[in-house]
Amino acid sequence: MNATRNLASHLLAQAQALDPGHHHMLHPAAPQAGHIEWLYWFTFWILFAVFVLMIAAVTRAGAKNRVVASSPFPITEKDEEGDRRAGWAVGAAIGITVITLFIILVLSVITGKRVEGLTSKNPVTIQITGHQWWWEVTYPNPQADQTVTTANEIHVPVGTPVVVLTNSKDVIHSFWAPNITGKRDLLPGYSSAFWFQIDQPGMYHGQCAEFCGLQHAHMGFSIIAESVDDFQVWKQQQLKAAADPSSSEAIRGREVFLTHACLMCHTIRGTDAGSRLGPDLTHVASRNMIAAETLPNTAGALAGWVIDPQRIKPGTQMSPNPLAPDDLQAVVAYLQSLH
Amino acid sequence: MIHHNLQLAILLVATAVLASCSREDRILRQPPSANQTLNTIQISGLNPGANLIPTPPSSNMYEESAYGVSEGQKLFEAYNCVGCHAHGGGGIGPPLMDRNWIYGSEPGNIFATIMQGRPNGMPSFRNRIPEYQAWEIAAYVRSMAGLLPKGVSPNRTDQMNIKPAESSMPEQVPTGITGVPEKRK
Amino acid sequence: MARAEPIFANDQDTGQSELAQRLARTWRQPKGLWGWLCNTHHTDIGVRFMVTAFVFLVLGGILAAMIRLQLIRPENSLMGPDLYNQVFTMHGSTMIFLFAVPMMFQGFGVYIVPLMCGARNIAFPRLNAFSYYLYVGGALVLWGGFLTNTGPDVGWFAYVPLSGPAYSPGHRADIWSQMITFTEVSALGVAICIATTILRHRAPGMTLNRMPIMLWEKLVISIAVIFAMPAVMVASGLLLLDRLVGTHFFNPAEGGDVLLYQHLFWFFGHPEVYIIFLPGAAIISTLVECFSRRRIVGYTPIVVSVVATGFLGFSVWVHHMFATGLPQLSESFFTAASLMIVIPTGTQFFCWVATIWYGHLQLRLPMLWCFGFFFVFLIGGLSGVMLASVPIDLQVHDTYFVVAHFHYVLIGGALFPMFAGIYFWFPKMTGRMANATLGKWHFWLFFIGFNITFFTLHFLGLRGMPRRVYTYGPDMHWQALNVVASSGVVFMTAGLLVFLANVFRSVRVGEIAGNNPWGDAGLEWSMSSPPRPYNFLHVPTVSGRDPLWEDPPNQPVVVGLRDDIREILVTHSLDADPQHKDEDPGPSIWPFLSAVTVSAAFVGSIFTPWAVPIGAPFVIVTLIGWLWPRGQSPTPRPTGESWLH
Repeated sequence: MNATRNLASHLLAQAQALDPGHHHMLHPAAPQAGHIEWLYWFTFWILFAVFVLMIAAVTRAGAKNRVVASSPFPITEKDEEGDRRAGWAVGAAIGITVITLFIILVLSVITGKRVEGLTSKNPVTIQITGHQWWWEVTYPNPQADQTVTTANEIHVPVGTPVVVLTNSKDVIHSFWAPNITGKRDLLPGYSSAFWFQIDQPGMYHGQCAEFCGLQHAHMGFSIIAESVDDFQVWKQQQLKAAADPSSSEAIRGREVFLTHACLMCHTIRGTDAGSRLGPDLTHVASRNMIAAETLPNTAGALAGWVIDPQRIKPGTQMSPNPLAPDDLQAVVAYLQSLH
Repeated sequence: MIHHNLQLAILLVATAVLASCSREDRILRQPPSANQTLNTIQISGLNPGANLIPTPPSSNMYEESAYGVSEGQKLFEAYNCVGCHAHGGGGIGPPLMDRNWIYGSEPGNIFATIMQGRPNGMPSFRNRIPEYQAWEIAAYVRSMAGLLPKGVSPNRTDQMNIKPAESSMPEQVPTGITGVPEKRK
Repeated sequence: MARAEPIFANDQDTGQSELAQRLARTWRQPKGLWGWLCNTHHTDIGVRFMVTAFVFLVLGGILAAMIRLQLIRPENSLMGPDLYNQVFTMHGSTMIFLFAVPMMFQGFGVYIVPLMCGARNIAFPRLNAFSYYLYVGGALVLWGGFLTNTGPDVGWFAYVPLSGPAYSPGHRADIWSQMITFTEVSALGVAICIATTILRHRAPGMTLNRMPIMLWEKLVISIAVIFAMPAVMVASGLLLLDRLVGTHFFNPAEGGDVLLYQHLFWFFGHPEVYIIFLPGAAIISTLVECFSRRRIVGYTPIVVSVVATGFLGFSVWVHHMFATGLPQLSESFFTAASLMIVIPTGTQFFCWVATIWYGHLQLRLPMLWCFGFFFVFLIGGLSGVMLASVPIDLQVHDTYFVVAHFHYVLIGGALFPMFAGIYFWFPKMTGRMANATLGKWHFWLFFIGFNITFFTLHFLGLRGMPRRVYTYGPDMHWQALNVVASSGVVFMTAGLLVFLANVFRSVRVGEIAGNNPWGDAGLEWSMSSPPRPYNFLHVPTVSGRDPLWEDPPNQPVVVGLRDDIREILVTHSLDADPQHKDEDPGPSIWPFLSAVTVSAAFVGSIFTPWAVPIGAPFVIVTLIGWLWPRGQSPTPRPTGESWLH
C-alpha cells in the first residue's frame, strides 16, 4: 500500500516537474496568488497603453518637424502659441498621470487587503525555520507527540486556511511559492505570519528568494496540496516513529547510520539518532526529493548525496561520508525503508 | 555451421570462465574506504622496525583559513563540545581557553584527543566525524586560547555573547608539566 | 584696465592674444608626473573621473558577461558558488560605486558645472582632486581584494547577518565596507565643490531663475549626496564595528536588529539611484533643447520636478523591504510615495516630448541616444510602477523581474544619457567631432543587445527565477530564456568596442570642431574647444536662460579681475551679484598626499585597530600641509572700480 502511494506521488511529482507552470506567478493555484495575478494584468494593460501612447507621442514629435541639415538649424525665437498649447498638453498629461497612479494605488491597497485578509479560528499552522540551506517544517501542537517535524516538503489539506509562522536559524532567507502567494522573508530575531489557502490538489514548487550564501541556488521546497483525508493519513504517518527495518541489508544500514557520522546531525525517531542540526530523516522515504529539492529521492541520488554532498552542493553543511561500498548500499536501503 | 559438440564445449568453457571470475580476481586498487583502519586499537606496545611512534602532523592547514576556523567554531557548537567544555571555560571538561593543555596544545595533539578520546570522559569521535572536521575543530580550539593570528580567529557570534571574541583573546602561551611557558614553534 | 569686450570675444579666443598668454601663464598646471599629481583644474580632474569610471564600466561588464555565461546552461560548471558570489557582488558594487556615481555625478559634474557657470575653476579645487584620489584608492581596495580572493561575496548591499561576523569570516565584507567609506567620502567632497560652485561662482546675471537645468540638477544632487551618503557610511560603519570590534548593532540575540541595517542602507540606496538617474535626465534636458532648436518647454515645471524628485527620493526607501513583513499600513504609505515620485519624472518626460513636438528636431548622433533613452527608461519606469505595488512586489521582489527593471532604469536612465553626453561634449573636451557613422553603429548594436538581454529577464522573473543563483536545475524550464538573455551580451560588447574605436580614432583624426558645433545655448560653448587652462578669456555675464541664443551682441563681460594671480569672482547665491574676489589655490601636491595617508589609515583599520592611532598623525601632517595659510598676494589690489562696463 505504501509502495503504491509512494509510486503514485513520485509519478505526480514527475508530471508536475514537466509542467512549466508549476512555479509561475501568473499560474495561480491559490486565491492569494490569484488576486495578485489579477492586479498584475490590470496594471500591465494600463501601463502598456501608457507605453504605446508615449512612444507614439515621441515618434510623432520627432517626425513632425524634423529637419535634416549638416549644420545647426536656426533657433525658433518665440512661439507663444506653441508654448501655450504645450503647456496645456503637459498639464493634461500630468493630470491623467495623477489619476492613473491614484487608481493603481487604490487597487493595490485593495488587493493587498484581499491577500492579507484570510483568517480563521482553525487553521493548519506550520512553522517554517530557514537554515543554510534547507527548510525546517514543523506542525506545532500543544501536545509534543502530536508535533510533526519534517523538512523541505510541506503538505496542506485543500480548502483549509494555512498560517505559516516564520523564523530563521542563521541568515535571512525568503519563502516563496509563486503559484501560492507572495514571498515572506525569514528574519532571525523576528517571527511573522502569513496565510494562504489552496483549493485544488497539486504540487507547487518554491525556492529561497533572499541571497543566503553558497547554496542559495539549491534551497527549494515544495507544497503538496491534497485532500483532507490524504493529509490526515500523511500526518499520522509522519507522527509515527521510524519503522524497524525488515531486510538484513536495511538492518545493517541502520547499524552503519548509528555508528558513523550520520547520527551526529540527523534525527530518526525511534533510534538513538536525535541531533537537530540537519533535516529530520524519520520519514525521508516519504518525500519526493532530497537535498532541498535538488535531487530526486532515488537510490542512486541518495547514494551520491550521502557519499559526497559537496560535489552536488559545494559548501553545504553536510560532510562527505566515505563509506565502504557495501555499507553505502546498506545505508541507502535503510533510508529507503523509512516511509 | 558449428558442430554440435563444439557448441557444447564452448558453453562449458564459458561457464567455467564466468564461474571462476571472483576467485581469480586481482584487486589492485583498494577502494579508499577500505584503507581506513576502522575500530582498531593498539594493545601491544611493540611495533615492527625501530618502534618509533609517529608524531602527529605539526601543522593544520585549516588554521590558515578564516573560513576553516569559522567552520570549526560552528562544529564546536553543533557537536555539543560546549556541553562539557562550555565556550572555553570548561565545566565537566577542562577549560580550553587557558594555558593548561593536559594532552598537548599542538594541532596534532588536539586532533588526536578528539579522535582517540581521553580518560575521564572525553569521547572518541573516530568514525563519528570526518577527519577534516576534527582538524577544523582543533584549529578553533587553539583560537580560543588566542594562539591563532587575529585575522583568522573568529569575531563575535550571532548568539548571546558570554565572552569576548576569540580574535580579541590575548595569547595564552601554553605551559607544559613544568609550569614554564613552552616555546611555540 | 581694458574696455569691456563683447561676450563673443570668448568665442574668438585663439590663445594668441596678450591677455590669453598672460592668463595661460597664470593658470597653467605643471607638467610631468609631479604635475599630474598636483593638478587641480576641474577639466583635467573631470576627465580623469570619466576615464577611470569608464574603465570600471568595462570591468563590471566583463563580470556581467561571466555571469551570463555561467547561467546559459543549467548546472553549468564555469564558476562554482564561491567565485560566482564574488563575481555578482563585484559586478553590482563596481557598477554602482565605481562607475555610475563617479561618471554621472562626479565626472560630468566636475567637468561641466564650472563651464556652465562661467567660472575659471571649480570651488575648492584641492578638495576636488582629493576626492578623485580617494575614489581611486577605494577602487584599488575593492579590486585588489577581488584579485587576492578577498573580494566581497555578500551581494552589493551586503545584508546582515550574512555579511556579519558569524557568517562571513575573513575580511571580504570588511573590504566592501571600507570601499563604501572611500567612495562616499569622495562623493561628499565633490558634492561640496559642485554645490559651492553653483551657489557662489555663477556668472553675474545668472540668477537662479536663469540657471541651466543641468546646474539645478547638480545642485539638487549635491544636497541629496550630502544627506544620503552619511546613511550608508553609518550602515557600513556599524557593520565594520560589529565585525571587527564586537558590537551588537545587528545581533538579535543581544538586542540588535537585522532590519536596522536594511533601513539604514536603503535610506541611502534609494536616493543613490536618483543620484545616478537625475544627471542623466539633466543631460536629456540639455540635449532635447539643443536638438529641437528651441528653448525647452516647461523650464519651471522641470526644475520643480528635479527638486521634487530629490526630496521624494528620500521618502520611498521601504519599497525595497516590502517582503520583510512590516505592517500593511506602513507599506501602503511607501506605495503611495513610490507612485507619487512618478509624477515629477513624468512631468519631465512630457516637457521633453512637448519641446520636440513644438521645435524642429535635428536628429544628430547625441539625439539618437536621447530617443534610446526615451524607449528604455520608459519601460524601466513603467515596470517600476508595478514594483511600487506591494502585492505585485511580493511576487517579483528578488527575482529577475527586478533585475530587468533596474537595468532598464539604470542603463536607460544613466548609460544612454551618458553616451549622449559623451558624444555631445566630445567636441568641447577634445576639439574634434566623434565619427557619426561609428556612433550610429554603436547605438544600434548596444540598443538591440540591451533589449535582447534585459527584456527577456522580465519573463524569467515571472517564471520564478530568483536573483543571485549561481545555477538552476534542468527541470526549471529556464534555460531557453537564459540562452536568449546571454546572447544579447555579444551585441552589447560589439557596441562598446565600436565606441572605444570611435573615441580613439576621433581623438587623433576626427573632424575639427569649432567652439559650438551643435549650436547650443550654454556658456560652455562660448569658449574654445578644448578649454584653455583659464577656461574663459573674459569671465562672462548673462541676461537670459539660454545665453548664446538670447543674450545681445553687446552682453558685457567682467573686468577688474587680475590676470597675474588666479583671481576668481564670488557672487551672490540667489541673483549672482558680484560680491568679492577670491584666489584659487593653484596646483598642490597635498590632496594626493592626504589621500594616500587617509587611504592607508582606512585600509589598515581593516586589519588592526592600531592603524587608527598610527595613521592619524600622518593624516594630520598632510592636512596641515594642505591647510597651511597662503598669505597675501604680493601686489596690492586696486580698489574702487566698477565690476561691469
